[in-house]
Amino acid sequence: MSTARSFDEVGQEVSEKSWHRAKPLLSVRGVAKSYDGRVGCADVSFDLYPGEVMGIVGESGSGKSTLLNCLAGHLTPDRGEILFDSRAGGLRDTQAMSEPERRMLARTEWAFVHQNPRDGLRMGVSAGGNVGERLMAVGARHYGRIRASAIDWLDRVEIAADRVDDRPSAFSGGMQQRLQIARNLVTGPRLVFMDEPTGGLDVSVQARLLDLVRGLVREMGLSAIVVTHDLAVVRLLADRLMVMKSGQVIEAGLTDQVLDDPQHAYTQLLVSSVLQV
Amino acid sequence: MIEIDGVGKSFILHNQGGAVIPVMAGAHLVVAPGECVALTGSSGAGKSTLMRMIYGNYRAAQGRITVGGVVVTGAEPRTIIALRRHVLGHVSQFLRVVPRVPTIEVVAEPLRLVGVDARAAHDRAADLLARLNIPEALWGLSPTTFSGGEQQRVNIARGFAHDFPALLLDEPTASLDPVNRAVVLDLIEGAKARGAAIVGIFHDAAARAQVCDREVDVSAFAVRAA
Amino acid sequence: MTQSDQYNFAYLDEQTKRMIRRALLKALAVPGYQVPFASREMPMPYGWGTGGVQVSAAVLTPEDRLKVIDQGADDTTNAVSIRKFFEKTARVETTGHTVEATVIQTRHRIPEEPLGEGQILVYQVPIPEPLRFLEPRETETRKMHALEEYGLMHVKLYEDIARHGEIATAYAYPVKVEGRYVMDPSPIPKFDNPKMEMAAIQLFGAGREQRIYAVPPYSRVESLDFEDHPFCASKADHPCALCGALDSYLDEVIMDDDGGRMFVCSDTDYCAARQAAGHLGAMAASDGQEERR
Repeated sequence: MSTARSFDEVGQEVSEKSWHRAKPLLSVRGVAKSYDGRVGCADVSFDLYPGEVMGIVGESGSGKSTLLNCLAGHLTPDRGEILFDSRAGGLRDTQAMSEPERRMLARTEWAFVHQNPRDGLRMGVSAGGNVGERLMAVGARHYGRIRASAIDWLDRVEIAADRVDDRPSAFSGGMQQRLQIARNLVTGPRLVFMDEPTGGLDVSVQARLLDLVRGLVREMGLSAIVVTHDLAVVRLLADRLMVMKSGQVIEAGLTDQVLDDPQHAYTQLLVSSVLQV
Repeated sequence: MIEIDGVGKSFILHNQGGAVIPVMAGAHLVVAPGECVALTGSSGAGKSTLMRMIYGNYRAAQGRITVGGVVVTGAEPRTIIALRRHVLGHVSQFLRVVPRVPTIEVVAEPLRLVGVDARAAHDRAADLLARLNIPEALWGLSPTTFSGGEQQRVNIARGFAHDFPALLLDEPTASLDPVNRAVVLDLIEGAKARGAAIVGIFHDAAARAQVCDREVDVSAFAVRAA
Repeated sequence: MTQSDQYNFAYLDEQTKRMIRRALLKALAVPGYQVPFASREMPMPYGWGTGGVQVSAAVLTPEDRLKVIDQGADDTTNAVSIRKFFEKTARVETTGHTVEATVIQTRHRIPEEPLGEGQILVYQVPIPEPLRFLEPRETETRKMHALEEYGLMHVKLYEDIARHGEIATAYAYPVKVEGRYVMDPSPIPKFDNPKMEMAAIQLFGAGREQRIYAVPPYSRVESLDFEDHPFCASKADHPCALCGALDSYLDEVIMDDDGGRMFVCSDTDYCAARQAAGHLGAMAASDGQEERR
């Protein structure tokens, strides 16, 4: 009886929610950044809604990493607003926040997955310590519970519990990347920034990571912004896509629509340049 | 349920001298709940193009498409995503999934996306896979390694997992044996019976005759090259 | 003698002492905060207590009575040479007795005898930054102090428990002062940590690293720990072999090549005072025992 109900009614409820009630988690308005007169990114605006995954594609130097770093607070944009709907304070301009507030946001509601796991992990600290750090940073003071949570997260990213005391330097590249994801997600963030998350990985390892990220995004209702130059990655991971060239967003829309019916000359070139297997 | 009004489409190939290829103009179609409409016309007439525009995969150049009251043409990505998640199902000819995800998960995913709990979604997925004669031994494996016919059936199971009010079917019976073909036609009739509006492409004339209420020849919307 | 007359009082020039005193006042005003100071070249190598010596030089007055200890002992090379240095350059009185001293410079210990108001304890500090081994960037550790981001300190303790089953950090055990700054108490044994809540002024000098910090009298000093692995001020589970004390921190002394060993008070003044008062341990070499043998 309960299952018979669930197909129709649950669907209806969720559909109403996602159409009418949702408000943006991240609202970006006219963000621009240049380096000594050279354009990094120019006049970027978009809204990201809860549960949405947005891909940003473009070649090296297109400004996609500059944009990501501006959004994540690693760079200060020259112009524009970045509004985030935080649990505590509602919709706020992250640049108007004090540094402690922004850093607190960065380790609670945000997560940043670096291309190179070495940039996002403490290589001299065990896997468990790496995952536990964010918990301890927000005040966890019970060793047993921190460790249990670390082991639970290692399991969720498919790292065996008996590796909890090993250092990341003893892990393969794919494992390091999964550990970095666990370390980032343990505090239940709502927005994840990913910079070429599958960048240095073998194709088979990439697939596993993508599957994992997709599953976590769905289970946790995460929103994510994924910068990559790999169109296959965005097709599998992203709901929406922004195409950047020379610092400008030249095309944006539903991922499959942008890839299957590209409107802009550059996007057409990008899509047609992908080698088919 | 599905309304198409004055829809046109052309492709501009910017990297081939800006060539403009008009493929459709003035398309018009209304599909009521419980109705199944077959798109016909020779290859290249624009059947797939029209289906893709309804699904939001191609952008319409002119006109207006609405599905379940939602305007698809010019809609925000999240509107289309919500529409696809809750209202508009699609069975394509090609299975596009993350390698490594087990078949049962692939089929259950549409249900999980609308908030059905894991167990109920799995039960429903298992039921569909069994009906479509996918051996249970394969359910735990990724469908990327399956034969063409098996992949097609996984795709169908996935498309019918959630009771979408509107469905797009692209050659759902192609490359199926008679037994499974009958199962698929059953599923289509079941969807019609519960009130789904269906638009499909069927090369299989007998199948078309069995499940479709009428046929629309898209050649009528074709733009003749000047 | 004529040469030593030419030194300014306590070796440092008055301008330098003023600079250090300003740093000390700031350090006392912000307990646990590391105040940078322009550490001077001293006539001894780094690592021999140049930070502590500069702090002592800045607080000494001609009326002070100085005690210098190294690992609790008044008679080790380091302690003797620093004591001689101030005898020569400041001509202050020196003492081995904790209660008599007004300024005590120490390396690696807090005296067993509780200190009182009017006394100053000066610590020699090798590495003042408690976060250093986890975060090598000074810019980052400063920011972490400023923003009270101390999760990393617990990562270190977590690693200890993960590796050893308990918090194995036995000395330089991190503390939080007045609920605000996390501070390295210098390499004192963690046994001494609870004593840091005291009536005397505690000043810390790191010469090589050019930092001064302080704990004002009666400040709250908490040793960091986990709820399920609480801080424990442990020591060797023996009485002192010489004075029989059960409450003092003990050094393990190897006696011979056959595993013979003894545990004795590391605080030599405390041990001697107890023996003088008639408390004798199992191996006490009192005159009476010698004669009977």
